[in-house]
Amino acid sequence: MKRMEFNYGRWLGVILKIAMGLFFIFPFLWMLSTALQTLKETLSFPPVWIPASPQWDNFVRAMNGGPFAIYAKNSLIITGSIIVLQFLIMIPAAYAFAKYSFVGKPLFFGMTLLAFMIPTQVTFIPVYLLLADWGLIRTLWPQIIPFMTNAFGIFLLRQYFMQIPQELIESAKLDNATEFKLIWRIMIPMSRPALATIALFSFVSHWNDYFWPLVMTDSVSIRPLTLGIAALKETEGITNWHVIMAGNAVLVGPILVVYAFFSRQIVRAFVYSGIK
Amino acid sequence: MANRTTWDRIRPYVMIAPAMAGILTFVIYPMGYLIYLSFYKYNLMNRAKSKYVEFDNYKQIFTRGDFYKALGNTLVYTVGVVALTMILALLTALWLKRNTRLNAIIQGGIFIPHIVSIVSVSLVWLWMMEPSHGMLNALLRSLGIPPSHWLQSSRTALVSVIIVAVWQAIGYYALIISAALRNVSPSIYEAAALDNASRAKVFFRITLPLISPQLFFILVIMTIGSFKVFDIVQIMTGGGPNDATTTLVYYIYSYRTTNIGYAAASGVTLMAIIGLLTFVYFRLLSRKVHYQ
Repeated sequence: MKRMEFNYGRWLGVILKIAMGLFFIFPFLWMLSTALQTLKETLSFPPVWIPASPQWDNFVRAMNGGPFAIYAKNSLIITGSIIVLQFLIMIPAAYAFAKYSFVGKPLFFGMTLLAFMIPTQVTFIPVYLLLADWGLIRTLWPQIIPFMTNAFGIFLLRQYFMQIPQELIESAKLDNATEFKLIWRIMIPMSRPALATIALFSFVSHWNDYFWPLVMTDSVSIRPLTLGIAALKETEGITNWHVIMAGNAVLVGPILVVYAFFSRQIVRAFVYSGIK
Repeated sequence: MANRTTWDRIRPYVMIAPAMAGILTFVIYPMGYLIYLSFYKYNLMNRAKSKYVEFDNYKQIFTRGDFYKALGNTLVYTVGVVALTMILALLTALWLKRNTRLNAIIQGGIFIPHIVSIVSVSLVWLWMMEPSHGMLNALLRSLGIPPSHWLQSSRTALVSVIIVAVWQAIGYYALIISAALRNVSPSIYEAAALDNASRAKVFFRITLPLISPQLFFILVIMTIGSFKVFDIVQIMTGGGPNDATTTLVYYIYSYRTTNIGYAAASGVTLMAIIGLLTFVYFRLLSRKVHYQ
């Protein structure tokens, strides 16, 4: 009897937990359902849960609602370039902060800390004027170079580098390994989890970024997917929600695929970062 | 040999040089330039016509109703989001504390809104909150509750935006809090169990004090994050209706081309607020490190 009661409570708990999980996932399921409905179905009451016949056409229509091939290409170029550039700059800097002592180190480290704390919402006006002076406003560069220094990455990587045993480095130096070889052969392989974390975090935040491209671009040809999808709201008016949701599903798709494969690393990356 | 030692000495500087160049160009110089701009009536078309106006922009800020409106909205938003997220995330974390498979799956699920672009989140909720055909009003109607105007009335718009922001944030903060909960040593709970302490007592006397450093930490991070709110407002309401959801960053954004000096002065104000919060953050951080 006692055991029965216990099980009852347990199952109630399981059901409530699943209900809570659904509460957070439902809007995305609803997005997919709407994306496959006809206009008439979206306007009906009570709402249609599962469309009578899936309207794949909505996706075609959404993708014809703007130059989406260009948006997607821009998103890929921007995100890819940022990650490559950040890695090239971050690895030597993290190594220097971890393994050398030099005059001014606290000052430079403090500068990195400052870069970590100052949000783009504060710096966007002066950065825009600066890049306009450099004549870059009509290119993709304003969406890439301001992110060349990844302060969070430098912190995390420095932490990893400091944990690598000094003996390993000394023995490599005895073998006359150059500093470059040391980083390439020892430091990088041994800090792979940190590098994966940083890359994933960078990918998610820049793929999803809306504010920066919004304030840096004034022409369609250099905009990323986030702005393209948001613009569907204007071009499709306020009634064609099935088309807007189809476009939206295209934006969410890649992130959910990446999340499905790397959920543990992504979760860890976000817990580490503290700030998004 | 002499060459080698010189190289050894400058090597760390060479290695950090690109990173520091990035920070100088895109963080430190812009901060200075922002302050400089805030003292000017800046002419975007013809810079020679820009005029030094001393503290005029600041005087304007602190006498204008719309600035206080934006600041007030940001404060309401911040207090609402921080308080609700904190309580709900704490409850969720306590509920999903045990390291089981189901709990891990649910945590992975409630985290999804946080990794999806704010654009997607805003658009989905915009559709669900649509007054005549949206899902939420359909739900209210079928329950016999009068439907709401959600984002389209100045009375409910800010609350609606807060709901979406809280919904997006819970999963993330629940995750951080549950990491903190798992760090509490089980032996402490075992001792409490021996003393037959009630669950409420265990929570308020043991769990809460032990995770309070992390909770403070989250509180400050969340406050800084909420002060910068922009995307969700830009997509869902465009600051309206009637400035009901205009936040500080949205305010700066709306003056970014028409009155750069004024926008810069508002930016400096935001920078000061964030600076203050960051100061608190680091005070807490150093104390936390001290504890361990």
